[in-house]
Amino acid sequence: MTTALKEWPLWEIFVRSKQGLEHKHCGSLHAADAAQALEMARDVYTRRQEGVSIWVVESKAITASNPDEKGELFDPAADKIYRHPTFYEIPEEVGHM
Amino acid sequence: MYTQSFNVPDSPGAKTVALAPSSEDPALQAAFDARIDADGRIEPQDWMPEAYRKTLVRQISQHAHSEIVGMLPEGNWISRAPSLKRKAILIAKVQDEGGHGLYLYSAAETLGTSRDQMLDGLHSGRAKYSSIFNYPTLTWADVGVIGWLVDGAAIMNQVPLCRCSYGPYARAMVRVCKEESFHQRQGYEALLVMMTGTAEQKAMVQDAVNRWWWKCLAMFGPPDADSPNSAQGMRWGIKRVSNDELRQKFVDATVPQAKVLGVTLPDPDLKWNEERQHYDYGQIDWAEFWETVNGNGPCNKERLATRVKAHNEGQWVREAALAHAAKKKAREMKDAA
Repeated sequence: MTTALKEWPLWEIFVRSKQGLEHKHCGSLHAADAAQALEMARDVYTRRQEGVSIWVVESKAITASNPDEKGELFDPAADKIYRHPTFYEIPEEVGHM
Repeated sequence: MYTQSFNVPDSPGAKTVALAPSSEDPALQAAFDARIDADGRIEPQDWMPEAYRKTLVRQISQHAHSEIVGMLPEGNWISRAPSLKRKAILIAKVQDEGGHGLYLYSAAETLGTSRDQMLDGLHSGRAKYSSIFNYPTLTWADVGVIGWLVDGAAIMNQVPLCRCSYGPYARAMVRVCKEESFHQRQGYEALLVMMTGTAEQKAMVQDAVNRWWWKCLAMFGPPDADSPNSAQGMRWGIKRVSNDELRQKFVDATVPQAKVLGVTLPDPDLKWNEERQHYDYGQIDWAEFWETVNGNGPCNKERLATRVKAHNEGQWVREAALAHAAKKKAREMKDAA
């Protein structure tokens, strides 16, 4: 086959399952542009009323953290246990706080 | 829904993936092994051994191809469904299969292969898909039996894949499995209706069961003893349950369903084994199975030709959509200027 290997760009799809909830990443698909990506996302990810709202974002527009730098990036939070409520001891008689 | 539960090498005659100790960084390898041993998940940007990546690309793309080719035997019956209701159901099911193919292609793409590469693999005949689709759907009862038995076997395979060590594959399988139950139930129910019909209709169901039963048992892949790739797949957390174990589960689940339906399963050796607490079953014809896997089944050529034709005839649509998108974008830029 000598077809020009020119793929439609890749889009990431986010669906809000119902009013009051956040949009959640549910997958990706190829589409020529944003309008087509929306239509296709409807057909692919909401065939059983799974959503009331869809966001589409071209995959290349997403900047992701580097998993190799996971240590440096997230470690600073590891030793700050005083950020958690359980760090503090409160007399039992105070009850729920 | 249609995974081949085992790994078939793509190009005919090719040997299994070389699993020789790699020259890859031992520290990275150790971190990977530790994560697998702790039943952790691997995500696209994480380091992974090349053989793990290759195995996944092959398995997920074969699975995706199976979904897409799997649309054909049933799609043939959309225009001949016996009622508007059955037609609507069948369209919905075939559309689901298309969606499943897409989830899986997307999962495979996260491993660095492109959609075009995968489609080229399928269309050139290099890549495999589940050999179950290389058999013809001769009557309407076949559509019901595919839902009941073929989808039933596929579900057995796919449920454990929801716990696969590769995150995107596992997530795709969760979505697929959610949608799958409808496929099996609609098939079984269509058969129940036929079994309340004329003697001829009942015979049609029995004939379809007779033709599909053994093919469905073969879908689980060769016996564990002849399945050299399985151990590595298990080690990597890609495969969770062995071929024979899944096959046994399927047989045990299906026998009572056949009884309710009022059909017999075409195996004289099929009987309850009190000691094992499982059904015993007869010998699968593996020679015929491999003939079909290797391209000589009754419909291999037709299925592939249909896919290639559809893809080629859609080429102008894909190009036109891109051209239209570019034109629209240029117009917006001009208006904004």
